[in-house]
Amino acid sequence: MENITIKINGMDVSAPAGSTILEAARLAHVEIPTLCFLKDMNEIAACRICTVEINGGKLAASCVYPINPGMEVWTNTPKLRDYRKKTLQLILSNHDRSCLSCVRSGNCELQTLCKELGVDVDDYYDGAKTPSTPDESAAHMVRDNSKCILCRRCSAVCEKVQGIGVIGPNERGFATIIGSAFDMGLGETSCVSCGQCIAVCPTGALYEKSSIDEVAAAIADRSKHVIIQTAPAVRAALGEEFGYSIGTNVEGQMVAALRRLGFDKVFDTNFSADLTIMEEAHEFIDRVQNGGVLPMITSCSPGWIKYCEHYFPDMTENLSSCKSPQQMFGAIAKSYYAEKMGLKPEDIVSVSVMPCTAKKFEIGRDDQDANGSPDVDYSMTTRELARMIKQAGIRFTELPDEEFDTPLGLGTGAAVIFGATGGVMEAALRTAVETLTGEELERPDFADVRGTEGIKEATYRVGDMDVNVAVASGLGNARELLNRVKSGEANYHFIEIMGCPGGCVNGGGQPQQPGFVHNTTDIRALRAKVLYDEDAAKTIRKSHENPAIKELYETYLGEPGSEKAHHLLHTTYVKRRVNEI
Amino acid sequence: MACKTQGVQFNGTKEQEAALKEAIALLKDTKGSLMPIMQKAQEIYGYLPIEVQTMISDETGIPLEKIYGVATFYAQFALQPKGKYQISVCLGTACYVKGSGDIFHKLEEILGITNGECTPDGKFSLDSCRCVGACGLAPVMMVNGDVYGRLTTNDIHDILAKYE
Repeated sequence: MENITIKINGMDVSAPAGSTILEAARLAHVEIPTLCFLKDMNEIAACRICTVEINGGKLAASCVYPINPGMEVWTNTPKLRDYRKKTLQLILSNHDRSCLSCVRSGNCELQTLCKELGVDVDDYYDGAKTPSTPDESAAHMVRDNSKCILCRRCSAVCEKVQGIGVIGPNERGFATIIGSAFDMGLGETSCVSCGQCIAVCPTGALYEKSSIDEVAAAIADRSKHVIIQTAPAVRAALGEEFGYSIGTNVEGQMVAALRRLGFDKVFDTNFSADLTIMEEAHEFIDRVQNGGVLPMITSCSPGWIKYCEHYFPDMTENLSSCKSPQQMFGAIAKSYYAEKMGLKPEDIVSVSVMPCTAKKFEIGRDDQDANGSPDVDYSMTTRELARMIKQAGIRFTELPDEEFDTPLGLGTGAAVIFGATGGVMEAALRTAVETLTGEELERPDFADVRGTEGIKEATYRVGDMDVNVAVASGLGNARELLNRVKSGEANYHFIEIMGCPGGCVNGGGQPQQPGFVHNTTDIRALRAKVLYDEDAAKTIRKSHENPAIKELYETYLGEPGSEKAHHLLHTTYVKRRVNEI
Repeated sequence: MACKTQGVQFNGTKEQEAALKEAIALLKDTKGSLMPIMQKAQEIYGYLPIEVQTMISDETGIPLEKIYGVATFYAQFALQPKGKYQISVCLGTACYVKGSGDIFHKLEEILGITNGECTPDGKFSLDSCRCVGACGLAPVMMVNGDVYGRLTTNDIHDILAKYE
């Protein structure tokens, strides 16, 4: 595309025709503050913070205003600073400013802007406030509209990226409020609990329901044996909460911090990710050989599961019956591990740290309590763990690297890539191919299913059969893929679907990054690289070679798919509707 | 949270449902068809309760919340049916300075409903409006076609009694 030259703050800047002023300014390293803007997702010029002066005084929202030849733009005049400050003051006038006790204090985008733009009087325009009551109806999160600034990022990600649209702006003018239809609580809607709305919220209006106090109380109870499992994606992002750059692997320090928090054993969900592969690969081979329902679709992502139940109830038979790695871990912890340790299931408190908010919903589902008590008692997000570490006064960056405990802390390279889109598929292929051919793969890499694209397809030779696979992440992409399957346009044997775009590394429970970072950085790719690097560096990269898994089958479960394995490691699904009244 | 689904019982008929479905089938593949569909639905049912909005959502695949967002943005859409007796109170400038706000609150108090709502027995609905062209009689309210002017809050009981 041809370039256009404009003047920004007196400098000549050349940018492709069709660029917005904001994009052209970025090319020239001129930063314009933004608040509601999220690239390709929420480009609605609602907040007016990015306003600039063009052609001698006219005001325009730079996030959507296209550049024209000869245009003169000023981005930081006294008039603009005053305008932005007043805009912030108007937002503050209808905002609950209990910042000291707010969950987002310290990483709130509104707070940051007020500081940067020098808002000195926060109650200048105070008057009426739009009435609101916090919505606590969902299992995984709270919506508190008193902290909402109506930027609509949450409704944009929910509707446009996930294709769900259970929250959006209702009413009009000063009464405008983000909510669900007919003021239903989120828990009464077809919300799938993915938490992507929380991940993009600039303020404290959306946050997960915290389990920190319950977990701390369990640790303090000496009669309880408190164990923790950490999902692969957590180590790829937790460091961001402590000042590390995006894409830093903090596995060793995370383990050290968990030990110092007082957990009796620090285990790894990678262990049960390997176990998932054993069961899932077995189930897949069984379905292929015995005429089972195909395509088989992975079942690790509870946001995806709930989506499938609501939006594709006729395809729940396609879902693998395998529990997610989180739940498999809990079921094994309260059976095999409990027996090994001479503990009763009820003496164990099983805690998880997940990059996910839907995991909080998953622990309360039916058929997720194989040993008479919940497989997992508390599921925390990566953000909650960071908060817990800070509350305990642990200096995270100074911690040494430590190793997970055995035996439930042992995982392979196949398991660690579960946290990135395509990872489960690749891990399953590694095991399925070797199981069926009996030969060792020369290089256990299936590169076609890697990468952050929303939908990926490949065909692999598995034994004497060509297996068509597809991978989708983000529920909008999942819908597109499944519609292709239903129309007969595509024919797959095995599909991996993750609820969040990019997979778990970009989950709704991961550290929140400001809009600026979302707009200028490929967060998913940086975090995923951590996992693929860790996989490449592992000596054991296939689930079926995990010695702890081998021992588990030899001494306890028998074979994959055995009756005992079914009782502990498999689950059932329900059929729901989109609109239930 | 309170769900705005209580109130008057929904009494949609099979004929109404068929008419709505026919209208949706005709319109739904056109871009920007949500508003015309909602207008048609209101024409058929007189208002847009959750049952009707859900039908629109199920038939079009448009999220219920999006439909509700549009329904609550535009004054032309009603979530509650109109009563047998439709009360409108003028809150235009002349009536307002003469105390029509108090009249309105009195009606809310007596009927137990607020702006845009209908009593559960379907008898009275209450709306505010802007200027009925009778400023000389301010403050003014209307019940169906009947105009009542120079009102005080003490008049309300007797007026409502006429429609019992």
